[in-house]
Amino acid sequence: MATFFGEVLSVYSRAVDEDDEDLDENEEDEQIRRELDEKRTVQLQWSTDVTESLRSGNKLLCSDFVLAVGHNAASFLSAYVLASAKWDAVGRALVWNERSRAATGQTSEESACVFYRHKDTPAVLICHVTCYVAEDQQFQWTEKVFDCLQPRELTVTVLSDGSVADYKTADYLCSSSAPFLRALHTSAFSDQPVCQPLEQPNIVTGLPAAVLNHCQVHRIAAVVYQCYSDVIGPDSVTMETYKPTLTKLGKSIQVNSSPQTDALRKFVRATEIQSNLYI
Amino acid sequence: MFISSQNSPVAFKGFTLVMPAVAVGNVGQLAVDLIISTLNLSRVGYLHTDCLIPMAGNNPYSTCKEDAEGLHCPAEVFTAAERKLAVLQIRVPIIQKKSKKFRQMLVSWIKSSGFSRTVVLSSSHAYQRDDQQLHGTPLRYLATPSLLKVSVDTLKELGWREMERVPAFPGVKDADAEPRLCIPGGGITKGLYSDSCLAEDLPLAVLLLFCSEGDNIPDAFALVNHLNDWLHLLDTLGCECKWKIPTSWSLLFGSGIPPALF
Repeated sequence: MATFFGEVLSVYSRAVDEDDEDLDENEEDEQIRRELDEKRTVQLQWSTDVTESLRSGNKLLCSDFVLAVGHNAASFLSAYVLASAKWDAVGRALVWNERSRAATGQTSEESACVFYRHKDTPAVLICHVTCYVAEDQQFQWTEKVFDCLQPRELTVTVLSDGSVADYKTADYLCSSSAPFLRALHTSAFSDQPVCQPLEQPNIVTGLPAAVLNHCQVHRIAAVVYQCYSDVIGPDSVTMETYKPTLTKLGKSIQVNSSPQTDALRKFVRATEIQSNLYI
Repeated sequence: MFISSQNSPVAFKGFTLVMPAVAVGNVGQLAVDLIISTLNLSRVGYLHTDCLIPMAGNNPYSTCKEDAEGLHCPAEVFTAAERKLAVLQIRVPIIQKKSKKFRQMLVSWIKSSGFSRTVVLSSSHAYQRDDQQLHGTPLRYLATPSLLKVSVDTLKELGWREMERVPAFPGVKDADAEPRLCIPGGGITKGLYSDSCLAEDLPLAVLLLFCSEGDNIPDAFALVNHLNDWLHLLDTLGCECKWKIPTSWSLLFGSGIPPALF
């Protein structure tokens, strides 16, 4: 549907139609469909040494895996954690779908999913995801990534951006309480989350949900910290909300308590211009 | 596809499986929620598949603060072993273009688990009923030949109405066009029924309700009471027992209203 300003919003209906899958497709349609499916396949590209290691049957030993989904979560990790320069970029995931912007020279979408490994404790991995991972790619992404990991008392922490508009509560939430965190963890996660649990009837969807599903089913300790914010783009207040989430991860993930203001500004400015509807 | 959450293997042989189809108004899923919540079923495993949209949430059947936490996944299996009842709940839509694969996986799981019968709770668009379907009860049933062999008398006694076959091209007087089964808005219902009839000859029944999108809670109650007439799920709980609404049904139409609005 189109809004008053002409933006097109995708509106979901619960009404379900039968798939017309049994209609005969001609060969050309089938080929186009096959090529599109191939293009949508999630591909992981690792650094040379990791590729060699995987090829010889040795997966990436991992005791802590931190995944940031969304711009604020990713910017938080960049400014407060990765800035310590003790991290190596060891791989990336290529995810193409209908929301990927057309490549113009530097493909910003392609580097929107990067894996980092700590130099001193290589069993600690961080991953940024700032691109959109479509519904049919979320399961695939999760399976492929976890397939490369050799869990060693693995704990997975997911930081996920969300909008307070999606948060359902009986008492109306005035905007001054946003941004805030809510936690959702698997049965195998025995530690205490740093914030309140996510109350019914709220749910988590997207890549964080896919990771939680995988971890629940495979009995891996995992926790998702969903940050509900009233600001759409990167925002330093929202980023700061994530600070308590990494306190449990010990020395390997040191949170820089006061990153330089310039570093924060760099992340915030990136989307400011694009969000102005009237330019 | 089925992954157990228990430490010992789960046995389904001889059980009745009740499952929803993701269909208009989510009536089947709401009805299944009522069954799980009222009978206090325990989860025994997950259907872990790439055919479903991922989601996660805390315990939708929590009754107090102590059991409020507990991760739940898109498709889970619950049982009551003493009743020989298994219930599958599906909380998410099936990914487009994967419904055939999902149906095949379901049929294969049903077969390998040895369920004695499967009941699919579903719904269909009320606005697409033809003239004859507009009259009388909005509830319909379908049963595969192998289920009919066992249950034909029970179904006759219940006086249920079978889902009608409709002409392929309504209004066009074409003597050659055979009336066919049509379940608009029913998701995988028709496909699942056809697969069960033809390929596998599974004992499967479909219970569906004509409805429209909106507040579908009354529809869910209608469907689950209809099922109860056959399976007598509430009987062992005492005659005055009513269906228990789960906590996940709160705020179905959004958050509380800001007082500043007035």
